[in-house]
Amino acid sequence: MTVTPAEAQTPVAAPGRPGPARRVFDWLTTANTLTVTVLAVVLALVVGAILIIIGDEQVRAEWGYLFAAPGAVLGDSLSLVGDAYGNLVKGSIIDPSSVSGAISGTNSWSLAFAPISETLTYTAPLIFTGLAVAFAFRGGLFNIGAQGAVIMGCIGGAIVGFALPMPYGLHLIAALLGAAIAGAIWAGIAGYLKARTGAHEVIVTIMLNYVALQFLYWVIRQQGVHDPTRSDPISKPVHGTARLPLLGGANLRWNVGILLGVLAAAGVFWLLQRSTVGFELRAVGANPDAARTAGMSVAKAYILAMVVSGALAGLGGGVQVLGTAYTLTPAVAGTLGFDGITVALLGRGRPWGVALSALLFGALHAGGNHMQSNSHVAVDLVTVVQAVIVILIAAPGLIKEIFRLRAARTGSAAGTLAKGW
Amino acid sequence: MEPGEIHALLGENGAGKSTLMNVLYGLLQPDEGEILVNGAVRHFRSPGDAIAAGNGMVHQHFMLVPVFTVTENIMLGAEQTSAGPIALLDRRTARSHVLEVSQRYGLPVDPDATVEDLPVGVQQRVEIVKALVREVDLLILDEPTAVLTPQETDELLSVMRTLKAAGKSIVFITHKLKEVKAIADRITVVRRGQVVGTAQPDATEDSLAALMVGRSVRLTVDKAPADPGETVLSVRGLRVYDDRGHPAVDGVDLAVRAREVLGIAGVQGNGQTELVEAIMGLRPVAGGEIDLAGQNIATRNTKDTLRTGVGYIPEDRSVDGLVKDFTVAENLVLDVYDQPPYAAGLALRPAAISRAAKELIAEFDIRTSSSETPVGTLSGGNQQKVIVARELSRDLRMVVAAQPTRGVDVGSTEFIHERVIRERDEGAAILLVSSELDEVLGLADRIAVMYRGRILATLPAGASREQVGLLMAGITGDTA
Repeated sequence: MTVTPAEAQTPVAAPGRPGPARRVFDWLTTANTLTVTVLAVVLALVVGAILIIIGDEQVRAEWGYLFAAPGAVLGDSLSLVGDAYGNLVKGSIIDPSSVSGAISGTNSWSLAFAPISETLTYTAPLIFTGLAVAFAFRGGLFNIGAQGAVIMGCIGGAIVGFALPMPYGLHLIAALLGAAIAGAIWAGIAGYLKARTGAHEVIVTIMLNYVALQFLYWVIRQQGVHDPTRSDPISKPVHGTARLPLLGGANLRWNVGILLGVLAAAGVFWLLQRSTVGFELRAVGANPDAARTAGMSVAKAYILAMVVSGALAGLGGGVQVLGTAYTLTPAVAGTLGFDGITVALLGRGRPWGVALSALLFGALHAGGNHMQSNSHVAVDLVTVVQAVIVILIAAPGLIKEIFRLRAARTGSAAGTLAKGW
Repeated sequence: MEPGEIHALLGENGAGKSTLMNVLYGLLQPDEGEILVNGAVRHFRSPGDAIAAGNGMVHQHFMLVPVFTVTENIMLGAEQTSAGPIALLDRRTARSHVLEVSQRYGLPVDPDATVEDLPVGVQQRVEIVKALVREVDLLILDEPTAVLTPQETDELLSVMRTLKAAGKSIVFITHKLKEVKAIADRITVVRRGQVVGTAQPDATEDSLAALMVGRSVRLTVDKAPADPGETVLSVRGLRVYDDRGHPAVDGVDLAVRAREVLGIAGVQGNGQTELVEAIMGLRPVAGGEIDLAGQNIATRNTKDTLRTGVGYIPEDRSVDGLVKDFTVAENLVLDVYDQPPYAAGLALRPAAISRAAKELIAEFDIRTSSSETPVGTLSGGNQQKVIVARELSRDLRMVVAAQPTRGVDVGSTEFIHERVIRERDEGAAILLVSSELDEVLGLADRIAVMYRGRILATLPAGASREQVGLLMAGITGDTA
């Protein structure tokens, strides 16, 4: 206790400090966020490869002759996996044959860009739903209700999009606003109930998801919404004035939604890290008692967290219906909201982490479609891979054990995921 | 350790006392070194191993299931079952065993009482019986007197003497010097994870304290006599309910004037917590008035009360005082983050926050590697200094300090006491709530003793330990 403050503040210089290369290596072999995430993805792809081999009837039969012809069995297995994952890459990033085709003029350039376009098309709404879950998460709320808010956002965006004629520009803004407000109100219900009555947000939002889905089924069938030229449940298409502009030609689906997604990530980052609102929200999320003692209103923070979360999810629905789907169908929202939970978990609740993990999931989705049509491996494999990634992230101890990583000095991913319940 | 010896382990918070004992009890594994029991090396992988080797432990925070009876708690983890195809819990044997042990060592407990209905002192007795039923030879008591009244402490000390006479060894962990001197056969002092000395019980308190902190400390607080000014806080007929809806504060009247310290002494759980929370707007007021500088604040929210110029040091720093995942800098602005210069409109100003943090870290001698270190990684004393720095760095009319030095080392305690007295001398009214009698006696200009939701008496600064101690136990002059 005789140490002066000056001494205490000097970082302890270890004798024989290791060189830079050694330090980078040390960092990479610690159980830090980046290493754990990359290894989780790799391990999940290995699990996927095993499933591909088991799932192929012919190769599975060959394994019976493993000891008779080990080379052939392993070779066939590897080529099967290589073909499937090759198509995954071709469908999501780049297909060399269509690039060379475009250069030599045998196919259009848009075919060469198609994989990236598809990836970004799937990525855009996932960024929003991922941000929605992450934002609530930082406020200490586990929002399972992104799905319901996405559905309400789809409905809000679509109805403004086809029912209210407006000029270019204004119409798109109004439609996006409609989507955001619809989502905000929907999630706000759960926030209000949590703040006023203590109702657990997990239960309330799960129930609201059911209600939203049934509301969608009902709305599509209503006069004024239903497309009178069709007998199946489908709404009128949104006007061209309310659609998100495409980024490159009519043959590619990518649209302004991905840019909005990046802007949203930047906005959420600012809101969480650089604003008083975010400070309050993070304080409430990390320790509501201390936040209350410091004069913050916990109830206000909960409502705000859910309203903003719902607005983000609603915008995700808006981007989906105004950028890609154009009509309301029972499946318009897919599983965007639920995928948002996985995206947020993989992104550790950090805005840029969310954007990157949305990109990964978007690529897996786009590539999965291509893999299904070209390698006869079901697109559902991608869902399994996503799930395995998240399980491995949720149990960082597992990755640490498998790869014999050293413990990270500061908090690892475990903390992010263990909270919220 | 010898059989039948009471060995006191003395050290500041964070000195490694509890860590050492957790190793002995099998909760932590040693990185290096050996433990010898009766001359043989033993490895404790779990508390089960430790109990088998004859080590028992009574934790600072009791490990009891509140809704279970005493017998059920004691049999927990060592349940005896009846013979037969379906093993049934054998409560009857366990109950008689509990009775037998409690009689043998003079530790009266009712085996059928539900633990949550028992006073703290009796719960502790249950913990001790729990260890004795498992036939341990070595009993580790981790800060056993922290939650007891002076009278209950005396009882505990006599129980320890009985156990000693029965040949049991006791490790007594504490930082209270008086108790050590009263009971210990041998004293080991630890500091920063190392044994820095052993002493005999006849060593002076000052020399033990010096050994503990590595330099001589003043146990008394230097302060000029109070020069009270106008009344800043006045509480009249205040009634407040606790979490379960029982009246916790039942008609309290008090007044705190500028330039004086009103100390509230009392054993934990007599309504002090609820009183403070009501003043701070953290708990609804069921009746009565709270006036701060002439304005009724009974219905005001916490933010407004803080903004009126009240500094608040909450009693539980890890729950109410700090956000552990936040940095030191963020915690230092936890209640002013939205005020200039730390914010402009909605935008935080990180540069201003960081500059203020560096100044406070220097001024309040907070030992941290940087202002961006998560506060949870600091030692208890430094965490407390973060709160004190935050609360006392504002312009204050009043300071509400609840248990300001609980779990804080002697060095930090001394520093915090000096800062509180400086605030008093600069004109603030101080309301000090503490269950450490020495703290109240040392700091307060007037002492109010709280018992079962009421102020039993208000005494002048010179009141004796015994006088206050009796009042803390609810014994007033009329009934004694």
